[in-house]
Amino acid sequence: MKEATLRVFRGDSSGGQTVDYRVPVAPGMVVLDALHYIQGYLAPDLAVRWNCKAGKCGSCSAEVNGRPRLTCKTRMDDLPQDQPITVLPMKSFPRIKDLVTDVSWNYRVNRKIPPFEPRKRVEWKISQLDVDRVQEFRKCIECFLCQNVCHVLREHDKKEQFAGPRFFVRVAGLEMHPLDGLNRAGLLKDQLGLGYCNITKCCTEVCPEEIHITDNAIIPLKERVVDEFYDPLTMLFRKIRGG
Amino acid sequence: MTANYETREHDVLIIGAGGAGLRAAIEALAQGASVGVVCKSLLGKAHTVMAEGGIAAAMANVDAADSWKTHFRDTMRGGKFLNNWRMAQLHAQESPDRVRELEQWGALFDRTESGDILQRAFGGHTFKRLCHVGDRTGLEMIRTLQDRGVQQGIDVYMECTVTRLLMDGGRVAGAFAYWRENGRFIVFKAKSIVIATGGIGKAWRVTSNSWEYTGDGMALAYEAGAELMDMEFVQFHPTGMVWPPGVQGILVTEAVRGEGGILRNKVGERFMEKYDPKRMELSTRDVVARSIYTEVKEGRGTEHGGAYLDISHKPAEYVKKKLPSMYHQFKELADVDITKGPMEVGPTCHYMMGGIRVDAETAQSTVPGLFAAGEAAAGLHGANRLGGNSLSDLLVFGRRAGLAAAQHAKRSSTPSIDNAQIEQAEKELLAPFSNSGSESPYAVHRDLQEVMQNLVGIFRTDEDLKKALAELVKLKSRAAKVSVEGSRLFNPGWHLSFDLKAMLTVSEAVTYSALARTESRGAHSRIDHPSVDSAWEKKRNVIVRESGGMSRREVPIKPMPKELQEILDEDKV
Ligand SMILES: Cc1cc2nc3c(=O)[nH]c(=O)nc-3n(C[C@H](O)[C@H](O)[C@H](O)COP(=O)(O)OP(=O)(O)OC[C@H]3O[C@@H](n4cnc5c(N)ncnc54)[C@H](O)[C@@H]3O)c2cc1C
Ligand code: SF4
Ligand code: SF4
Ligand code: FES
Repeated sequence: MKEATLRVFRGDSSGGQTVDYRVPVAPGMVVLDALHYIQGYLAPDLAVRWNCKAGKCGSCSAEVNGRPRLTCKTRMDDLPQDQPITVLPMKSFPRIKDLVTDVSWNYRVNRKIPPFEPRKRVEWKISQLDVDRVQEFRKCIECFLCQNVCHVLREHDKKEQFAGPRFFVRVAGLEMHPLDGLNRAGLLKDQLGLGYCNITKCCTEVCPEEIHITDNAIIPLKERVVDEFYDPLTMLFRKIRGG
Repeated sequence: MTANYETREHDVLIIGAGGAGLRAAIEALAQGASVGVVCKSLLGKAHTVMAEGGIAAAMANVDAADSWKTHFRDTMRGGKFLNNWRMAQLHAQESPDRVRELEQWGALFDRTESGDILQRAFGGHTFKRLCHVGDRTGLEMIRTLQDRGVQQGIDVYMECTVTRLLMDGGRVAGAFAYWRENGRFIVFKAKSIVIATGGIGKAWRVTSNSWEYTGDGMALAYEAGAELMDMEFVQFHPTGMVWPPGVQGILVTEAVRGEGGILRNKVGERFMEKYDPKRMELSTRDVVARSIYTEVKEGRGTEHGGAYLDISHKPAEYVKKKLPSMYHQFKELADVDITKGPMEVGPTCHYMMGGIRVDAETAQSTVPGLFAAGEAAAGLHGANRLGGNSLSDLLVFGRRAGLAAAQHAKRSSTPSIDNAQIEQAEKELLAPFSNSGSESPYAVHRDLQEVMQNLVGIFRTDEDLKKALAELVKLKSRAAKVSVEGSRLFNPGWHLSFDLKAMLTVSEAVTYSALARTESRGAHSRIDHPSVDSAWEKKRNVIVRESGGMSRREVPIKPMPKELQEILDEDKV
């Protein structure tokens, strides 16, 4: 059987190094299969997260050959086999052990976002067109790969000020819900730090669900914030209303 | 001795954060209880997130003739009349409200022309009944529940595994757990506990289930003295992926057949004509799984030992819209474009009909204060579950469990927990670090999977089952000796050594029950007893722990009231 070398980060919050493992390669094998082989035969304490093995749960994120990806959807035969395949934990989150990082910050950010609240006296009729329009945002599997690559978090570590692309996708899914009655523009501007995003589109490039994060979620939300807060007419209206 | 664990106290502790656990938590909270939810993975990653096809509820949005009575009848027929009929009734009556409620909490479903929730056809359902959103219904459901629960104020303990229930005399008093991240211990005190830990599929080699499905909740309840029932009924879903090897077992949703997918063998025959000419591909799962298995066994299987499932006669755009994740799954993992050609599929271990024996109204087990809901509980599905009836089960009985658990907590005094139990739990959990020898938990797990796959699979015999029991004895003694490397910091080998024990307990219960049931019914097929035995329609297998060992009892099934019997008798098909 063919073999490949996996160069996997082993270590914890205090540091670590990569270790090479030789793994037999079966047809159609994915990187997560290789990691399971290592666990089962070579390093039983190798820490890896996974659940569905089918790209549905967003647990198995890592950086494979420098690219943030779901390891359960990364085929070994798509990677060059003549050199070691490096598998590193997501860089933007604190390390716990090996490939497992502390993503709890994301759950704290999520708490800031008020969930769906129906408009008053709403009739529960929705057109398929409206469902289709928000579908894209609701596909998010919370793999946090977009959070991992966004430079505002990765290089500038603005975790206090900035919610990150995942949560703009979430807000978009709520704001564009046809029956939602809340307005989250103020939240986006003040607490979620939408203004820090300078539309580099790195998040969109890595999203395994192919959500057009920047074009379809972030830019329309930015427009909404502008309309709400910087549009002269609305501002005038606010002044009069005293809001 | 100074405590080497932290302590938390809740009125209601819920073990499991899938649909059942979260729905229970929301209800208990609404009753004013303080609620903690514990789960082995991160929040939002439970099995429920993977559910694809939909939620069964007789809303009659598409087929106006549908009603709870038809749903009840379909469920009972699918379950070969072994279902707890009261549960089947409550489920059929309440699921439409539970779906509407989900919508009011923000879940978005596909729509009909007139703007109502769209419903699709599924095996064994007389009418179009499955509320869905494309093929990612479970994701929509779990996000809705998790966001609501968190906002309402449940405390979530993620990546935390319960390894033992703590007792105060005969009633439940709390739970002992460890944090997966750092291996530290935590003791929960609670007046009521709801087990919502899901199924047991990881004891088989080919399965659609994740690492979490090791039967923990059933084993915990069993150890605490609760009864398990219907354990012989393990559902093999007819359509799992068979190729390439790494993806073997991954689910191909029944929605493919619901949307018109056709099954064929290697020579192009539409073989369901032979096995169930009336319902064809939309026959119940037990029948379709056996049919595919038989085709392969008799030499008419595909290149990789499966059947062809074809949806490519539908317009490509339609397939991509209604089955987007199947489209991507096959394209990315198997290099197959399902809009152009057939998939290769075969049976995969998928769902546990059996589980903790509960009261229909309250979901309480036979242990006071201990409740169970979702896949971990038994009763609703009888000998075979219909697709879509699990997600509705989670909502209906999750809610009932949360309600009853909160009420029970209100009536109860604070229990006390003696230290001996906690010390015992610590000792057990840490044993693999001090075991000498080289037994690896992974090796024992692999061998267990082979035993269950080969000897306790779709078709069973007396000889195989006895062999399996003998093998399980050996595996148990090996499991007691496993040793692990490394530290307590996020150590999967160590985690598996606990999960193994749970898997061995439930595997033994499955095998005992399967051996006893000398007939074929629903998901349980005995080659040596190929027909239905009416004596087994009036009783069921119950497994309970007695003086250290596993014992089996046969308990009579209560006769159905006349008005329900009449529903079943109407329109005999
Ligand atoms: C791929 C797939 C597709 C499916 N599609 C459908 C469908 O379309 N329609 C349908 O009706 N059904 C479907 N099913 C079945 C259905 O999804 C499951 O039966 C259902 O989601 C189970 O829900 P649950 O709440 O009981 O458990 P789960 O959602 O599995 O949650 C179990 C929870 O218990 C926790 N847990 C387990 N053990 C412990 C422990 N020891 N300590 C702490 N926590 C623990 C886990 O971490 C998890 O949070 C599908 C199943 C699969 C696998
Ligand atoms: S587009 Fe915005 S959110 Fe996305 S990576 Fe760039 S800066 Fe971050
Ligand atoms: S938006 Fe995409 S990349 Fe970001 S968390 Fe969701 S699925 Fe992952
Ligand atoms: S394991 Fe679920 S997305 Fe990879």
